[in-house]
Amino acid sequence: MKILDVRNVKKFFGKRLILNDINFTVDAGECLGIVGLSGGGKSTLAKIIARLIPCDFGEIFLCGEDITHATGNAFYKNVQMIFQTPEDSFNPRRTLGKSIAEPIKNFLDDKNLRGRVENFLAEVGLPKNYYERYPREVSGGECQRAAIARAISISPKLLICDEATSALDVNTAEQIVTLIKKLCAEKNIACLFITHDLATLKKLADRVLVLEDGRLKTLDESKFKEVLAWSD
Amino acid sequence: MKKYFAAAGLLIFIAVFADFLTPFDPYVQDLEGALTPPNSINLLGTDRYGRDVLSRVIIGSQTTLCAALALLAVIASVGSLIGAICGYKGGRLDTFLMRMSDIFLAFPQMVFAIAAAGALGGGLLNAAAALAIIGWTKYARISRGLVLSIRSMPYFDAARMAGSSSIEILFAHVLPNIAGTILVTAALDIGTIIMELAGLSFLGLGAMPPTAEWGAMMNNGRSMLQTAPWVILAPGTAIFITVATFNLLGDKLRDFLGGDRQ
Repeated sequence: MKILDVRNVKKFFGKRLILNDINFTVDAGECLGIVGLSGGGKSTLAKIIARLIPCDFGEIFLCGEDITHATGNAFYKNVQMIFQTPEDSFNPRRTLGKSIAEPIKNFLDDKNLRGRVENFLAEVGLPKNYYERYPREVSGGECQRAAIARAISISPKLLICDEATSALDVNTAEQIVTLIKKLCAEKNIACLFITHDLATLKKLADRVLVLEDGRLKTLDESKFKEVLAWSD
Repeated sequence: MKKYFAAAGLLIFIAVFADFLTPFDPYVQDLEGALTPPNSINLLGTDRYGRDVLSRVIIGSQTTLCAALALLAVIASVGSLIGAICGYKGGRLDTFLMRMSDIFLAFPQMVFAIAAAGALGGGLLNAAAALAIIGWTKYARISRGLVLSIRSMPYFDAARMAGSSSIEILFAHVLPNIAGTILVTAALDIGTIIMELAGLSFLGLGAMPPTAEWGAMMNNGRSMLQTAPWVILAPGTAIFITVATFNLLGDKLRDFLGGDRQ
């Protein structure tokens, strides 16, 4: 079953064409990696799929529903995102617990919010008392774990990870990748993992696409292995 | 920091409980005792109508400080909200309101306030209204800029993806994060507002006689600067102390809320 279907998407910034005729799909439970150079339009693509910015041309279907021009927030129940800078993805004036509880409160109407949030904190390897911690009081890795807890708390169909490990050290990044892989597999969440680091995708992605000069190109398995061997 | 808060708190305490703190009735005239120099009974002397200057300075704090704080609360909250909505929504509303603020900012504030107060007629309320007409623009500009920077933060996008409505995002994620800067700006502005209100009263465009207001009291004592200087010096010193206290408090608040602590 196709969770995400992106068709002929184009995006201009001024007269500059950033994304040119982007087409791809992501199936349920699949992890699709998109790799590309910095400034190549990867984050723009992620934001277009998350409807945080509009595309200039093309269509985006999420779980069969056309969300290209969707208004309101209802479709966010099916798509969540993990951002590049973990500390900045949390409101500095709110505790991690309250931030994680926000999508649960809005989409699931759960009465036992705190208990549920504490379970998710435990699921991502954080102590329950982190509910009361502020983003500035935890490390980058812990903050990214909390961001994962927030993203999976409503069991979305698609998880977009936009350079989710690039602000972390190698060891922490590896832990985060392992955690995302485990949780996506357990909950059958499709994952769109955007990065500039091929070695990260080696551990995670079922398929890899390369974003180059605004166009998506398929990286076949032999080429993928060749590049990985080079990056190793 | 605590001593500045204590000093400002003391001034506000005096203003709130002024009715109970005045040694004499500040409005009762005693022409036989007019222009009595400071002595053990009238600590700051009396004015040309024989009214106790200390009592009038104390009761004047109520008028001056309460009017300044109320005016500041209105322009800071309304201006910040307008700026936040402009920054959040953008579009034509933003363009219209920001061009409006540009027009107001193009005039010197005091000159505009004098013109507006003159057009509206005398009285403290009209003087405050004149200052409010132009005062909100500064807060709108500041809060709009802050909101635009917050809009580019990932936590703003995260809040949208968490399913929160625009109102929830504005009140839960945007306004609390600009409140610190607005608070510091407001604290630094208290002194300016007091000076402007007193200035309008001094020019006869603010509080009307016999209301005790520091600017109006200075105006009454202006002609007796050489013969009875205490009449003008007492309210002038009160303005100086109050403005200095709130300016110092604003500076300390800025230091405290700035940088990492914000």
